Amino acid sequence: MGELGAFLKLKRAETPERPPAERIADHREFVRTLPLAELREQGARCMECGVPFCHSGCPLGNLIPDWNDLVYRDRFREALDQLHRTNNFPEFTGRLCPAPCEAACVLEIDEGNAVSIKQIELAISARGWDEGWIVAQPPAARSGRTVAIVGSGPAGLACAQELNRAGHRVTVFERDEAGGGLLRFGVPDFKIDKAVVERRLRQLADEGVELCYGVDVGGDLDPSELTAGFDAVVLATGSRVPRDLPIPGRELDGVHFAMEYLYQRNRAVAGTATPSISAAGKHVIVVGGGDTGADCVASAHRERAASVTQIELLGEPPASRPDDLTPWPLWPMKLRTSYALKEGGERSFAISTTALAGTGRVERIDWMRNSGVPPFEPVPGSEESHPAGLVLLAMGFVGPEPALLERLGVATDARGNVAAAEFATSVCGVFAAGDARRGQSLVVWAVDEGRRCARAVDAWLATAPARPRLARRAPLSPAPLRD
Amino acid sequence: MPHPRPSKTGLYDPALEHDACGVAFVARLSGEPSHETVAKALTALSNLEHRGAQGADADTGDGAGILVQIPDAFFRAELGGALPAPGAYGVGTCFLPDDETARGRLEELVERTVAAEGQRLLCWRDVPVEPGHVGRAAISVAPRIRQLVVAASSGLAEDADAFERKLYVIRRVAELAAGPALVIPSLSARTLVYKGMLMAPQLTRFYPDLEDECFASALALVHSRYSTNTFPSWELAHPYRMIAHNGEINTLRGNVNWMRARESQLASELFGDDLHKVLPVIRPSGSDTAVFDNVLELLVLAGRSLPHAMMMMIPEAYAGRADLSDELEGFYAYHGCLMEPWDGPAAISFTDGRVIGATLDRNGLRPGRWHETADGWVVLASETGVLDSVHEPAQIVRKGRLQPGKLFLVDLEQHRIVPDEEIKRSIASRKPYARWVAEEMLRLADLPSAPPPPAPAEPLRRRQLLFGYAQEDMKVMLAPLARNAEEAVGSMGNDTPIAALSRRKPLLYSYFKQLFAQVTNPPIDSIREAVVMSVQASVGSERNLLDETSAHARQLVIENPILRDDELERLRHVSSDVFKAHTVDTTWPAAEGVDGLEAALDRICAESSLALAAGANILILSDRAAGPARVPVPSLLATAAVHHHLVREGTRLQTGIVVESGEPRSVHSIAVLVGYGAAAVNPYLMLETVAELVTEGWLPEGMTVEQAQARAVKGIGKGLLKVMSKMGISTIPSYCGAQIFEAVGLAPDLIDRYFTSTPSRIGGIGLRDLAEGALIRHARAYPGSGDELLPVLGLYAWRRDGEHHQWNPDTIALLQHAVRAGRFETYEQYSRTVNAEAARRSTLRGLMQLRVREDGGIPLEEVEPAAEIVKRFSTGAMSLGSISREAHETLAVAMNRIGGRSNTGEGGEDPVRYVPDPNGDSRRSKIKQVASGRFGVNANYLANADELQIKMAQGAKPGEGGQLPSHKVDRYIASVRLTTPGVGLISPPPHHDIYSIEDLKQLIYDLRCGNPDARISVKLVAEVGVGTVAAGVAKAGADHVLISGHEGGTGASPVSSILHAGIPWEIGLAETQQTLVLNDLRSRIWVQTDGQLKTGRDVVVAALLGADEMGFATAPLVATGCVMMRACHLNTCPVGIATQDPELRRRFAGKPEHVVNFFFFVAEEARRLMAQLGIARFEDLVGRVDLLDADEALADWKARGIDLANVLRVPEAPAGAPLRRTSPQEPALADALDWTLIDASRETIDGGAPLEASFAIRNVDRTVGGLLAYAVTRARGAAGLPEGSLRLTLTGAAGQSFGAWLAPGIELTLVGDANDYVGKGLSGGVLALRPPDTAGFRAEENVIAGNTILYGATAGRAFFRGVVGERFAVRNSGAHAVVEGVGDHGCEYMTGGVVVVLGRTGRNFAAGMSGGIAYVLDEDGTFATRCNDELVGLDPVAGEDAATLLALVEEHGRRTGSPVAARLLAVWVDSLARFVKVLPHDYKRALEHSDRPLSTGGEGFLTAETETAEAAA
Repeated sequence: MGELGAFLKLKRAETPERPPAERIADHREFVRTLPLAELREQGARCMECGVPFCHSGCPLGNLIPDWNDLVYRDRFREALDQLHRTNNFPEFTGRLCPAPCEAACVLEIDEGNAVSIKQIELAISARGWDEGWIVAQPPAARSGRTVAIVGSGPAGLACAQELNRAGHRVTVFERDEAGGGLLRFGVPDFKIDKAVVERRLRQLADEGVELCYGVDVGGDLDPSELTAGFDAVVLATGSRVPRDLPIPGRELDGVHFAMEYLYQRNRAVAGTATPSISAAGKHVIVVGGGDTGADCVASAHRERAASVTQIELLGEPPASRPDDLTPWPLWPMKLRTSYALKEGGERSFAISTTALAGTGRVERIDWMRNSGVPPFEPVPGSEESHPAGLVLLAMGFVGPEPALLERLGVATDARGNVAAAEFATSVCGVFAAGDARRGQSLVVWAVDEGRRCARAVDAWLATAPARPRLARRAPLSPAPLRD
Repeated sequence: MPHPRPSKTGLYDPALEHDACGVAFVARLSGEPSHETVAKALTALSNLEHRGAQGADADTGDGAGILVQIPDAFFRAELGGALPAPGAYGVGTCFLPDDETARGRLEELVERTVAAEGQRLLCWRDVPVEPGHVGRAAISVAPRIRQLVVAASSGLAEDADAFERKLYVIRRVAELAAGPALVIPSLSARTLVYKGMLMAPQLTRFYPDLEDECFASALALVHSRYSTNTFPSWELAHPYRMIAHNGEINTLRGNVNWMRARESQLASELFGDDLHKVLPVIRPSGSDTAVFDNVLELLVLAGRSLPHAMMMMIPEAYAGRADLSDELEGFYAYHGCLMEPWDGPAAISFTDGRVIGATLDRNGLRPGRWHETADGWVVLASETGVLDSVHEPAQIVRKGRLQPGKLFLVDLEQHRIVPDEEIKRSIASRKPYARWVAEEMLRLADLPSAPPPPAPAEPLRRRQLLFGYAQEDMKVMLAPLARNAEEAVGSMGNDTPIAALSRRKPLLYSYFKQLFAQVTNPPIDSIREAVVMSVQASVGSERNLLDETSAHARQLVIENPILRDDELERLRHVSSDVFKAHTVDTTWPAAEGVDGLEAALDRICAESSLALAAGANILILSDRAAGPARVPVPSLLATAAVHHHLVREGTRLQTGIVVESGEPRSVHSIAVLVGYGAAAVNPYLMLETVAELVTEGWLPEGMTVEQAQARAVKGIGKGLLKVMSKMGISTIPSYCGAQIFEAVGLAPDLIDRYFTSTPSRIGGIGLRDLAEGALIRHARAYPGSGDELLPVLGLYAWRRDGEHHQWNPDTIALLQHAVRAGRFETYEQYSRTVNAEAARRSTLRGLMQLRVREDGGIPLEEVEPAAEIVKRFSTGAMSLGSISREAHETLAVAMNRIGGRSNTGEGGEDPVRYVPDPNGDSRRSKIKQVASGRFGVNANYLANADELQIKMAQGAKPGEGGQLPSHKVDRYIASVRLTTPGVGLISPPPHHDIYSIEDLKQLIYDLRCGNPDARISVKLVAEVGVGTVAAGVAKAGADHVLISGHEGGTGASPVSSILHAGIPWEIGLAETQQTLVLNDLRSRIWVQTDGQLKTGRDVVVAALLGADEMGFATAPLVATGCVMMRACHLNTCPVGIATQDPELRRRFAGKPEHVVNFFFFVAEEARRLMAQLGIARFEDLVGRVDLLDADEALADWKARGIDLANVLRVPEAPAGAPLRRTSPQEPALADALDWTLIDASRETIDGGAPLEASFAIRNVDRTVGGLLAYAVTRARGAAGLPEGSLRLTLTGAAGQSFGAWLAPGIELTLVGDANDYVGKGLSGGVLALRPPDTAGFRAEENVIAGNTILYGATAGRAFFRGVVGERFAVRNSGAHAVVEGVGDHGCEYMTGGVVVVLGRTGRNFAAGMSGGIAYVLDEDGTFATRCNDELVGLDPVAGEDAATLLALVEEHGRRTGSPVAARLLAVWVDSLARFVKVLPHDYKRALEHSDRPLSTGGEGFLTAETETAEAAA
């Protein structure tokens, strides 16, 4: 249970980062890990709460107090086992998750004091890879059942790993040339090195998961081949239709969705393609204040943009947790400064973009200040114009691409997401997980979706009529108890 | 005779009633019968009336009676000359039905039986009675009372013993043939019983025979009964044929089972063939006393002397006693092989008409006082003074008291009192018992070592999965156990579902709830009073109980019931002609699925029988064979099945049962196994797991496997003692098979078959579910890799995929957001979540449905406003100390704002809080708790209460005392509690002034005197039988009873207590309501319930089940910021609630308005439900159980067999019978002597001149000085009057609690003697007790006052010229006292003050003494052997100490005229050298270090601020 009363003596340690000036010169990861001694101190601060809100705040239900304690005791091997019990890919979440666990940590009642949970998670997984503890765990026996998974993002991969370990034969179809989904093509290398993704894919392959890249289900491949050829199909295609900005000038050159830009940057860094969009030397405007926007800002820095400006529709949130709106343990709607803005650039809140202008290519952006809250009434007389050579739209995603869903005849909900309350869609044997089902979200939710969907598929396979079961197999671990 | 008691209905079960009482006897040493004996006994009886009780009908007593020698002259006068010589005829008193025909049939049966047994019926005599002198209820069920006179046949006329035996046979045969309709209180040629459902003074008037001058006897035994319910019957009045009893037999269920098992092998030369006619010897539906009497009678008639039989049934604690002879130790050890002790608080008076005597339980838990007069009278009674009007002080030559485990015996044939040592020596040397034991008894440790068991085939992890191990078993339970040799401690109660509602298929053990003593008997203090405890058990065959041979001692003694592997192997391989072990496999083939379990049980039982037939006498039930193909039978199921099978078969005593199982791993699991018949348990997988903890580095470096296992075994042994002691049981043989559990959630057929006679009241799962659980665990293990992670249980701390907790991140956050923002909508979200989850998976109330009106009910506006409803709410007892001052005061302010009540808890209260704050808020807690530690309880505290609550038990750990670790005792806390900073505080498990229900009645009386305006409440915890206890509480005069559920609890407690003791309040409350209504007691007492109440719906359900009021503890704490850290015991509460750390206390963010909001929200939700129910006034909800239904929609739990019919039963009561409290109790204080004292003192109290005055006092004058202290405190505050203002002298025998709460300025001098509880809570007054100058005895050799003197005294002085009883100055925290000799456990739990003992002490002096000083005159240098040196050191007296001592001895001499003091003072320098100073180590440290952390922010007591302010001034 950590060390009794340590939280009174020891301070929270913030994530160590490489200096901005240094890191914008390359594409290597900018987050560092704490030295072991400090890491263990952070573990010691954990109080082993009777009701661990962190564990509740974590979408995966990571057994945070348990592995905090193990790290405090320098028992990394066991900590890794505990971590993997709820999380297939802690090296992804340890890098990319915004850590709602820390917002919910009981020590965070005293704001700014949470245990550095995310760093501990990252350190555990790093140690696991370094020590070679993370190896393939092929199933002891095969069930004889087959599952096709469409999409190799975190949801699809988690689902694949779980179902494979349960003994089913799993094939993952990915339309891009490599696996990982947005982890590989949406998130820059300096946040997650692609080798990190690659080694996990290798583990899946070693465990027996078949990974088929460059296969566009619904495009090259008739989806009926999947429904006919597999016992079950899981749609994990993500939420990839971006929200657009219907204003005058939207059609101009130099106005792109963020993901187009980031895909190109990732391929460029990997050296697999030459980009057509470039921020170098341009005045870059990023529309949207979220994580994707930040990744655009940081990428633009690394391309040596002339200036980078990030604008956000919503007003500026308060500097500390607003207890009347989002009291502990809720995720606090407060001002956060992204890593990217620490590296440079400007940001403005309560901005309503009114027009883009230019001749063929975008040259200028016009906006007004607004009230900061819906319905975002414009402030009269606040019109401004800014030079813009590249405008990146990072305003989120509205839902999954509809083509495949339509061909499969899968019903969608009001928001356009796949309707699959308990992961089963309206088509028998077809399931959905991840952003395709719940809408755009965090990487932890994706992993969680994949895991829970795997349980649903596994349970369905156990009862579904079809080929005979070949062998008695172990149940999924851990045995779920959710009701 | 019609059976007067209602039979079992709903949750009410007459088998659960308890009784206790006053008892006395008078004997004439000359042996000459006289009527004077009878008259004296009857006088004594009426002077004990206050110890008995009456029912709802004030004239109906619970029972009174008298036993005398056959008054020969009387019968000769009545019956004429045809009567044979004395001794050649017997007289029987019969209770017969009123109905002519029925009576005729029974009389004919009796007559036939007399004839068939070859005796001659002389006549029937109608016993004259005066029904006008009896209560309405009693007379409605009164029997016809006739006496039967039987003449001995010629063969028996000369052989008195044989004739007595024959009369017994006649009685038993007739009783067995007639069943319950025929009651024969006595049939003997020696003794005669008159008794009935009477109050003490009614007895003489009802039976005119008793006033007849010819009605003469040389001895008379009388008894006045106090039963917890109001259906006391004529039959159950005492005395029985041989005994009258004050107390309770805790081990009854086991004793009855074992006795039944013994019957098959009974044989007696004396009885010959007659023996089988009297079996079974135990008459069904008898009380514990009746059953005891049944067995005692058999033992005596079969040839043992009465004292011998008593020593067998109630042995004293003999193990390891240096002061006992080898012979006597051998006697007890030998008889331990024949019979387990009948354990419990007991003062039993016994007689066979030739000797009369009394004995006390090993722990001395009941009072008994005796005196002898110069003219040959011996009187023994529960109290001294019962014959003061008859026996002048000058006539008295000796005075004494019953002592723990000692026999007091008057032999009328020898005309003397036979000393305990003499009678025991003579009995112990009747046979060479000690030699037999030495030669025949074998010790496990002496057996040759055996080959180790084969190494397990399966990996450890897989077997752990198979037996349902979880990670918490390792980290939370076993690691601390092995590290500290102590059970792990947790906090904040239990909010998980009962086993039957859990979806995790808990192990069978979890369905069993430990029972615990409350009110009717005390828990034992297994730590401080370890001298009476023992875990030694034995296995082997038992032999004929009625015989004595060396072979009886052939038992194999096991020192500790938890066996290591090598010990088990030794047992398994025992090879001798006496012992033979047989191992029975308790697994079943997995392939057989669920059906396999029942077949396996049948096979296991059959195999056990066969093994016994083949000569085995050690059965080892083993699940070592469990593996891929075989599933382990739940070990408890296997054990209980074999136990009951063999009991039924009559072969149980031929063998001991030893369990070898991978399943048990906690204190509770071992306790249940022993409770259902296991003599020893080898928890092999637990031991292997402990070994794994060592090899995996989870234990401190350097600890070996051997050490870790030894510590784990030791820790479980300690825990086991605690579980036993909770029920007041001190030895394993008494606990083994005693079934001291209530099952919650098991099916009736499962119970009947395998756990026969275990209470189980809501149905539940059966064999199939148990089998499924075992198979699921099996499937988790196979197939598997064998190195999987263990599952996470989420039982002790919430985990998302673990057990459900009612307090979870969602509910806590929603509640806090609601009360902080004052948003009812958020609260509704909270309550919807809580209520929905309750229905789905956690609580019994969740399974109930409100019968809302179909028409939608009444408009909300018509419903009583929330502001009225909240007045029914109170917060739970959480002490200042366990929680911070900020949290404590926030709750108090909130409750005072809404007109509810807050509770001090067990930690006193800072007097500044008695004065309202400038803004009108009040921080004063209306409820002042009085718990066993009496911390902070003094006259001023009592006087400032609206309600005084006696805490009998608390939900988190019933049967145990609270504890406050030393790091939480800062100077402020210590000053409020009147203790020493830095010294940890432990409350004793029992209230040392409540060992029985009549003691509770006395404490209620004491508290009424302490504050006549406060209502008196008694807090109980739900368990089977709580309803009858509540009825007893109502009859004891309390105004209020609180039924706490098991789930509640905010303090620290051993995890086994949090999880496994107590039951849901729904059952306890329903049982209470049903019992009170059936007994017509409901109208006079408020009923409150608590235990995880959270919502308005909970409140409404509680009201419908019978609660007038509701208590909340956890929920208001959560409202103030508690996040259920469950770290209360660690002082690290991060939100500043359960901590005294100033840094953390600064973080406390709770506000009274949060709590106010919570209660108003709850009330508002309740109002809405009331509107739907169509009920406008809350009082009309109370008891309307007809408005509740089982929710049929919830199929899931119905599938588990849960049946709420008993809980939802509408009690059968006359229409319009009150279902709630409607009228006050009868006033209790009207005739108190104190009114006279107050009248006399009025002027002085009001500021007049000092007063000296004298008064007479009798034993019926109780708590003298208490009301006077209240009057002084009201008028003059805590400071009282100036020293010596009131000097009152009282002459006579004082009733109980003389000088209780005495305030400063009052001095009482008693010339005479006093009963128990002198100076209880002494608050600054002065007491002096001395015998009259005319006394015919030396004071220092005789008893001046009883037990438990100066309990919880906080200030003042007391002087006793004479010897006193057990537990002198227990929990004294400030008084100075001088006494001339004390019984056992002197200065127990003392935390302050000074005690001087100018004489001998009993055993276990200074146990648990953490503060204060004692000076003991150690004349013979043996004191150290009787002192418990665990916490104290012994030093010579010098320096300042010598001055203190001298002053006290001088004052003692001055105030009491003590010759002892004079002698010592005459040679003071020499005297001083003979004194020993007893000083607690902690106290010494505390005195040396004045740098203890100071409190911040306190006001009324010593704190940093006040010190600084004082220094500045």
